[in-house]
Amino acid sequence: MSDARRPPAAVPETGGAAPPPARATLNSLTGARHLGLLVALGLLVVVGLVTRPENFATASNLVSILSLAATIGVITVGATFVIIGGGIDLSVGAIMALASVWATTVATQEFGPVVMAVCAILVGTGTGLVNGLLIAYGRLVPFIATLAMLVAARGLAQRMSDRKTQLIDGEGAIAALSTTRILGIPLLVYIFALVVVLGWILLNRTTFGRRTYAVGGNPEAARLAGIDVRRHTMLLYALSGLCCGIAAILIMARTTTGSSTHGDLYELDAIAAVIIGGTLLTGGRGTIIGSILGLLIFTLITNLFILNGLNTSDQLIAKGLIIVVAVLLQRRNLKERAP
Amino acid sequence: MLVMRGIVKQFPGVRALDGVDLDVRAGEVHCLLGQNGAGKSTLIKVLAGVHQPDEGTVEFNGAQVRPSGPMDAIRLGFATIYQELDLVDGLSVADNIFLGHEHARLGFVNTGAGHRAARQVLERLGHGEIRPSTEVGRLSPAAKQVVSMARALSHDARLIIMDEPSAALAHDEVANLFRIIRELTGQGVAVVYISHRLEEIREIGDRVTVLKDGRTVAVGLPARDTPTSRIVSLMTGRNVEYVFPPRAARPPGDQVLEVEGLTSPGAFHDVSFSVRAGEIVGLAGLVGSGRSEILEAVYGARPASGSVVLAGKRLRRGGVVTSVRRGMGLAPEERKAQALLLDQSVTANITLGSLPGFARFGWMNRARERAEAERLVKALDIRPPDPERPVKTLSGGNQQKAVLARWLLGSRRLLLLDEPTRGVDVGARAELYAVIRDLADQGIGVLLVSSEVPEVLGLADRVLVVREGAVIHEAAAGELDEHRVLDMIMNGRAA
Repeated sequence: MSDARRPPAAVPETGGAAPPPARATLNSLTGARHLGLLVALGLLVVVGLVTRPENFATASNLVSILSLAATIGVITVGATFVIIGGGIDLSVGAIMALASVWATTVATQEFGPVVMAVCAILVGTGTGLVNGLLIAYGRLVPFIATLAMLVAARGLAQRMSDRKTQLIDGEGAIAALSTTRILGIPLLVYIFALVVVLGWILLNRTTFGRRTYAVGGNPEAARLAGIDVRRHTMLLYALSGLCCGIAAILIMARTTTGSSTHGDLYELDAIAAVIIGGTLLTGGRGTIIGSILGLLIFTLITNLFILNGLNTSDQLIAKGLIIVVAVLLQRRNLKERAP
Repeated sequence: MLVMRGIVKQFPGVRALDGVDLDVRAGEVHCLLGQNGAGKSTLIKVLAGVHQPDEGTVEFNGAQVRPSGPMDAIRLGFATIYQELDLVDGLSVADNIFLGHEHARLGFVNTGAGHRAARQVLERLGHGEIRPSTEVGRLSPAAKQVVSMARALSHDARLIIMDEPSAALAHDEVANLFRIIRELTGQGVAVVYISHRLEEIREIGDRVTVLKDGRTVAVGLPARDTPTSRIVSLMTGRNVEYVFPPRAARPPGDQVLEVEGLTSPGAFHDVSFSVRAGEIVGLAGLVGSGRSEILEAVYGARPASGSVVLAGKRLRRGGVVTSVRRGMGLAPEERKAQALLLDQSVTANITLGSLPGFARFGWMNRARERAEAERLVKALDIRPPDPERPVKTLSGGNQQKAVLARWLLGSRRLLLLDEPTRGVDVGARAELYAVIRDLADQGIGVLLVSSEVPEVLGLADRVLVVREGAVIHEAAAGELDEHRVLDMIMNGRAA
């Protein structure tokens, strides 16, 4: 493909062109895109500072917010890819549970923490790959294929664990991800940050990311432009599964267990975070940063409700309202930006 | 019964209707003829209430009317049967017929009454055998057409407009359609019939109105007796003069594409032709004649039997991915639906077809990507000259240039262009023609499809005439004229 660099003969070459002025406006636009989310996040922080001045802005509370966000956060990165690519993955929570169970069976634990971590990642990726194959080559609707996987993966997790919570060594290397701190922050938060950075790079700086936007935005155009849409779709779900595998390691670290009940309803939190972050459910548009901000908003709400000793049912109602408000605001934004 | 006078409809950049007169009598089949872009569709949409005319008057049964929306047009007694039937596949025949005016009380549908009424309408059309409870999705195209017509009748339509009703029908089904039309006109209903097939117009039509460039050029010609040559000459001879670039001086190079015995059941049959480097080959034909399908099959986007040889190597069935890798590119007919990522920048759209060429191990070299996009934006004069602009903010002509620019990257051997100037205004057309000729001069083979005969004749070096899924004539563009090609397209024989 080195031929791609060769310019057609008759077309004149231009020298090192300066970035056009319009780029500045574009950058400010992308900034404005997340402005609403940042404002919302800021408001929640203010609420926290006012209602619980003594324990909101403490180091331990911030760490607990981040630790809470880390597990779903990793899943949200994968979900962002799938949704930008025009799909949906309902099975993320169940895949994470299955990966945590598989990695903590007695047989796996014998091989030590590294094998356990690799096992979680392989199980996650493999299960995601099955989703991808069913959707891309079996032509199943993503909603249905991943719904089936949600049910089946959780069932398999229950079967493997006999519905028992499987303990891992609380002093071992995996638990250390949660207990070891650098600059006062647990390792698992760094892992989360690393996944976000890698996800951002993958989405914004690679051909994979470009294809993801193309496949989600206009699959027919992507196909006619010579992109293997099916293969790419399959890879998206495998990527989502990979993220679930990493999330499984994080939850094993936090809880020192593997359990078929891990990650219940995580799919809803992850999808909600992606939507609040401005990614279109129809695909083709969205950002990792937005999803992470959406997730932080969600986590902050949970934290505020707990700190203030409020009812968890009210917390769910508040989250529901936030989803609706966020989407309504985004729709207005879209209209304003349309030509 | 219906009298339209001086209808003008202006769209941004285009005067689609520029003073159209139409005069339809009760109980007649009035045929509307004209080339693509002559204004037929716009005129129908004015009657259907979809567009409101900027100037002119519509009189119906002596009263001045002005359909302000589709429902209003239906209330007036105008029913339109579009080319793509607007039926809901999942609903029953009866539900479809009475969609929007169901037999219901307090929101509860009275199924029995609906079915009885549906049966009545269907019997009136001579199709009592279609059961009202059948799901429409299970019906044949012909039966769907009947349901569509039943819907028009259920509204008690006095004027039925049919846009190419025979396009989706087999021969004997067309005969049945005509029988229904005769029954309707016998009951005093007027029919406005649009078709490209002259033989149909001779058979079913009473009078003919010819449109050209948004104007009426002939009103109420007798459908049976007007000589074909007169009709064709009324349709041709455009007022708008296109500027075509001069053809290449040097002879075309090596064979780039060789197609043999290409067949796709139901679309086209046993098509063979070749394209040389630096040559533009045009496919002229009507919508539905199979020309776009041939392009898709060559590109690997449609399954077909037969052989496609690109630059001496036979293409195996790897689909579009292989075709692109081997040096083909397609600018599809539906620019927005099939080619563009509307939300994305011009740059992202241009580089979409050659992403691996800008990447090392998947990592995009964005500086080079931007430089290449800027170079192409300048070379093709895409305006505004800002590669970061979302492509949806560009005009149709500039969007098309962005699609062409996509295939200027990488080493292309063959470009397939499907209606490259659709929705492009006259000025921008000339520029596109120049760009396409320039591509050919660089040694790329071009296969061009267009509904506009002058475009094919002016731009292509060699022309293949396609009719009903077969290539019926092949000649150098210089040996043909618009009149002859149009005659072949519509009548299936050279005049």
